[in-house]
Amino acid sequence: MAARSALLKSSLAKKYWMSLTGLFLCLFLIVHLAGNLTLLKDAADAGPAFNAYTEFMTSFPLIKISSYLLYFSILFHAIDGILILTRENKKARPVNYASNKAERNSIWASRNMGVLGTAIFIFIVLHMANFWFKYKFTDIAMDPGDLPDMYGIVVASFQEGWYTAVYVVSMIVLGFHLWHGFESAFQTLGINHHKYSPIIQGVGRFYSVVVPALFAIIPIYIFLNL
Amino acid sequence: MMNLTLKIWRQADAKSQGKMETFKVTEISEHMSFLEMLDVLNEQLINEGKDPVAFDHDCREGICGACSLYINGQPHGPDRAITTCQLHMRTFKDGDTIYIEPWRAKAFPVIKDLVVDRTAFDRIMQSGGYVSVNTSGNTIDANAIPIPKEDADNAFDAATCIGCGACVAACKNASAMLFVSAKVSQLALLPQGKVERQDRVLNMVEQMDKEGFGNCTNTGACSIECPKEISLENIARLNREYLMASLTK
Amino acid sequence: MTKLNSKTPDGPIAEKWTNHKNNINVVNPANKRNIDVIVVGSGLAGASAAASLAEMGYNVKNFCFQDSPRRAHSIAAQGGINAAKNYQNDGDSTYRLFYDTVKGGDYRARESNVYRLAEVSANIIDQCVAQGVPFARDYGGLLDNRSFGGVLVSRTFYAKGQTGQQLLLGAYSAMSRQINTGKVKMYNRHEMLDLVLVDGKARGIIARNLITGNIERYGAHAVVLATGGYGNVFFLSTNAMGSNVTAAWRAHRRGAYFANPCYTQIHPTCIPRSGDYQSKLTLMSESLRNDGRIWVPKEKEDAIAIREGRMKPVDLPEEKRDYYLERRYPAFGNLVPRDVASRAAKERCDAGYGVNQTGEAVYLDFTAAILRYGQERANILHIKNPSAAEIKDLGEKVIESKYGNLFQMYEKITDENPYKTPMMIYPAVHYTMGGLWVDYNLMTTIPGCYAAGEANFSDHGANRLGASALMQGLADGYFVLPYTIGDFLADDIRTGPISTDSPEFEATEKEVKERLDSLLNNKGTKSVDFFHKRLGKVMWDKVGMSRNAEGLKEALAEIRQIREEFYKDVFVPGTMHSFNPELEKAGRVADFLELGELFAKDALERPESCGGHFREESQTEEGEALRDDTNFAFVSAWEWTGDPKDSQLHKEELTFNDIELKQRSYK
Repeated sequence: MAARSALLKSSLAKKYWMSLTGLFLCLFLIVHLAGNLTLLKDAADAGPAFNAYTEFMTSFPLIKISSYLLYFSILFHAIDGILILTRENKKARPVNYASNKAERNSIWASRNMGVLGTAIFIFIVLHMANFWFKYKFTDIAMDPGDLPDMYGIVVASFQEGWYTAVYVVSMIVLGFHLWHGFESAFQTLGINHHKYSPIIQGVGRFYSVVVPALFAIIPIYIFLNL
Repeated sequence: MMNLTLKIWRQADAKSQGKMETFKVTEISEHMSFLEMLDVLNEQLINEGKDPVAFDHDCREGICGACSLYINGQPHGPDRAITTCQLHMRTFKDGDTIYIEPWRAKAFPVIKDLVVDRTAFDRIMQSGGYVSVNTSGNTIDANAIPIPKEDADNAFDAATCIGCGACVAACKNASAMLFVSAKVSQLALLPQGKVERQDRVLNMVEQMDKEGFGNCTNTGACSIECPKEISLENIARLNREYLMASLTK
Repeated sequence: MTKLNSKTPDGPIAEKWTNHKNNINVVNPANKRNIDVIVVGSGLAGASAAASLAEMGYNVKNFCFQDSPRRAHSIAAQGGINAAKNYQNDGDSTYRLFYDTVKGGDYRARESNVYRLAEVSANIIDQCVAQGVPFARDYGGLLDNRSFGGVLVSRTFYAKGQTGQQLLLGAYSAMSRQINTGKVKMYNRHEMLDLVLVDGKARGIIARNLITGNIERYGAHAVVLATGGYGNVFFLSTNAMGSNVTAAWRAHRRGAYFANPCYTQIHPTCIPRSGDYQSKLTLMSESLRNDGRIWVPKEKEDAIAIREGRMKPVDLPEEKRDYYLERRYPAFGNLVPRDVASRAAKERCDAGYGVNQTGEAVYLDFTAAILRYGQERANILHIKNPSAAEIKDLGEKVIESKYGNLFQMYEKITDENPYKTPMMIYPAVHYTMGGLWVDYNLMTTIPGCYAAGEANFSDHGANRLGASALMQGLADGYFVLPYTIGDFLADDIRTGPISTDSPEFEATEKEVKERLDSLLNNKGTKSVDFFHKRLGKVMWDKVGMSRNAEGLKEALAEIRQIREEFYKDVFVPGTMHSFNPELEKAGRVADFLELGELFAKDALERPESCGGHFREESQTEEGEALRDDTNFAFVSAWEWTGDPKDSQLHKEELTFNDIELKQRSYK
């Protein structure tokens, strides 16, 4: 009887799902980043390239299916992580220590995944409201190639200083989240081997610095140059 | 010789409200163990006609797992790879203030002062932490199944867990994963334990969840604070064992 | 006058156990379900007995005073467990293990029991491996062995320096499995405070729930005491803080004879004491003597220079060191039995060669072993012309793999690195061979009351060999008691449940309550520890490693004196109905104060030297222990008559048919 509910209800199952959705989101970030990097092209090329990319992302059937998986993953990762795991974990220690030196046994990011995740979730809502929602549900101008001019919206947005700042800060938060999350996802799936774990750790740390950094460079670039 | 200020959690019983109280001890030798320092305090309290501070302890050589104090923000104090009874006062300085608290976890309710109820661990063990073999003068010869030295050594390393609960105390989620993983690993690594490995891991995790421990978020604090330095690889093995068992059973 | 009947079966020694099992009464499986057994203690003997009895079908209640049965002090046993497996092809056999144990015990054990122990020893290893106990293995995947003191073969199975822990966790897991099925009902944090006799039979216990403080009654058809030894009568010992004699002593006061209380093992390799605040002593496994060499300086000046910190031990050249065990006992060297090694250390320290500030320490040095192993590893790794540093490094790794946790433990306690400077060790009280007298079935002189493991007296005579305590605990619990208890219980298949409402339970409970009340209401001025420390000092100084008539007589008077003062002036804070560790201690120390007197009396009335009992009046010219087989080849079993000084001696004559009585020699 334990087995039947094991993949749905147990503490470990929640973690497996966290791990799988998390890794899927990591994969998505690379695709997203690849598209975004077109924004760094010369102003003349960047517009058409980026608009073509957004058009492709919203019309190609396979990507469309993936996008539902993506929405689900984001929501699941957030609900499972914030509403279930973080809350349950708080309940597991009803009285706190008067003196606690957690920094001596674990890194800060690993202890604050809930807070970091919440910040990222708020960022995603903001981000989607500004771009995804506009793209899907409002009329936007067309570019010379007769594609919706998302490039224009992006450039307009990042000319706002505060908006760029929010993005940059959010990417720092994401970096911390990934610093622990990437490695942790593998551990949760049972992948820990003295031979291979250092590689996973290295890749994870590289990923969690480089990916958010590249994401953050784009708004800064637009803000400063355009 | 040192003079110290102690801030100790006092709680009359499970139902009472507790609070931190302050005590002073003087002329503490750096060669004393931490518990011997508490003995000095208690002798002092008894001589003043006061209630001594209750704390769990027994073997005082780091193996029974009874002692369980959260000292200055860390289970078993600031030193590594030891239990409270092996912590010596030379780790502290004259004039220090030392916080002494019980393990904090919903699954480990306070009995009195610094004494907590860790029978949740026993119940997890009862749910599957064994090989189902009856006593018999006729099991197979001990050398009938060779076991690779590496497996035997890894099983031993996992089996050195003393069940003190420092992992739970250190974990920000009060998770018992390191404890459970140590037993699951030991028996999963040995041929004798492989027969029941799937039921064992499912049942032990189910019991662990029932007891109200938190979820593992891989902070690694448990392993760092573990007096026997049980490795996080065991938690990964538990995750693996559980995944396989829940997919196939 | 005596009612001691050892019930040793007839026949040749090798067939006694088999014949006995064939002939004793057995309870059929259906009837076992109607029979309750109480097992007090959850160490190797208790947990293994509880698990095995439950597997057979009995309803078991297990009691331990610790917060979990896994914390019983068997857990602290380090070195290993003996078994006559002959895996090393060095000529080991059941007979040789039997012979070594009887000889090691200085011919004061019952032959038939020891033979049975040797006979079942091999089964223990099989059983433990089947449970998943991770014993050390060699590179071929087979079990590894090491040597222990007093024997010439390698028969000790081990799991680094944590063998006791691994074996106990094996027994604990077997018991946990039975708790899960409901066949064992576990009572953690419950302390047995008295034995209840109904119609002369042990039918239950009175226990205190240590959390609520309630006094509770538990009935059963038989009671097994597996409550360990009483080394804490010395206050300082390697026993756990909670180890106590109360359960055994209360049974003694109800009619169980107490055998050979003076046989105490003083373990040679413990960390020396460092100050008055010390609460306990820490053992360094005897297995260290496999590779460590024991020495003190040859010259007194050097010893003094070392004591005063003017000289470092590593700087003392080889020729100025006295490897006194190798010098005195060339055949066994550093691996002489514990009693011999302990006395030799005391002799050197008393003569002024001790090496720490108190003058009570000798060196245990691993330099030679590190070099030997280092060279061996270098050969295996084909390192040509290895440097001294390389060899040392390789050798240290080997030593670390064998004794790593012990070295770490030593460093944590003493703040000295034993890889760099030799360890300092000194003897300390470790184990008590004496205990409740039992017959071949492990039954005490109270029908239905059994004693297993260290709590009984049966197998080790006057000195226990290393790695034999674990063997005996598990032999009793797994392979002896489950059979022999049926012989008694076969008469109880129609008895029905034991009611705890009988007048006997009522009366015993009342006595327990009165005893605790009087301790609590005493309102004296001194703590329990104050009296315990005083008792310990008298015991160590006058009833310790070497004893003489004059000292023992003084001890008798002094212990009485301390006991009287205890009852006048002890202060026990708190209340009965609460979690109250001081009250627990007070009850235990009260019993130690009675036992201590009987202990000294027993030592006084045995003027011979044997094993751990060394009477200065009885020694050879070379200072070795001198036995007197003509007059003292018997077990002293003491009957309680109301006061330790009036205890009555019963003798069980020891006859040796299969081993020739000889003066022990390890030269």
